Amino acid sequence: METAFTPWLSLGGGMIIGASAVLLMATNGRIAGISGLTSRAFSRSTDGEARGVSALFVLGLMLAAPIWFLVSGDWPQQWVPSNLPLMGLAGVLVGFGAVYGNGCTSGHGVCGISRGSVRSIVATATFMSAAFVTVLVTRHLIGV
Amino acid sequence: MKQLFALLSGLVFGFGLIISGMSDPAKILNFLDVMGTWDPSLAFVMGGAIAVTGPGFAWLTRNRERPFFDDKFRLPTATDLDLKLLTGASIFGIGWGLGGFCPGPALTALPIAASGTLIFIPFMLGGMWLARHTSDLTVASPKGAPQ
Repeated sequence: METAFTPWLSLGGGMIIGASAVLLMATNGRIAGISGLTSRAFSRSTDGEARGVSALFVLGLMLAAPIWFLVSGDWPQQWVPSNLPLMGLAGVLVGFGAVYGNGCTSGHGVCGISRGSVRSIVATATFMSAAFVTVLVTRHLIGV
Repeated sequence: MKQLFALLSGLVFGFGLIISGMSDPAKILNFLDVMGTWDPSLAFVMGGAIAVTGPGFAWLTRNRERPFFDDKFRLPTATDLDLKLLTGASIFGIGWGLGGFCPGPALTALPIAASGTLIFIPFMLGGMWLARHTSDLTVASPKGAPQ
């Protein structure tokens, strides 16, 4: 299904994401990498303070849409694939791959590239390429 | 105080994802679909985020010894391009291309409670658990990335 190209909203939203990453670094000294924060929030081997801070960041993330709803009266527009086995598989791959590769779109793609980390630049190029190929195969070759 | 700012940072991040359209998997999948219904918005999100984070991080690490409410900046120190990084990123990319969700947007979209999101999140947490309990696949299977 088609979506509208939103250059200004996406640029502005991206800058807000950047502001959040700077805020977390300035106050907590932590990288705003969602996979790392989420994994740490659920890991028993993480020390209590890091766990608490990570869990609060994730909680904040999950409060955004309900507050958006309370203020605007509408949930953010979205279309989520309804093929549930596919979404389960996607979830496992995303969760495993992000933690195994030490980062996702936020940790490597935003924070890592911003620090000029070669590891993050390589990781971002790798997951982008894998994702482009995956969509090419699913949408154009086998038509899921 | 740092707890409050962690919560606030998460909230701001979530609003950024919603405003930029990234909490909608359709926009992600269309960004990845260059041959079809291409929507380049995601590139603008990354550009906007890096344009703020890059100078922001640089300023902080140059002008501050430590964060405002903690004792040190925790910056990754690894520099090696190992197979673990490439394997993880490849697997992550395949999952991202299948569902259109990465962790941030999926958690932001969780309260909207689409059935696909409600399935995605527990499986994602399971995948994270699995990765934490997998020390290094590449030692056991030197060939590396399972496709």
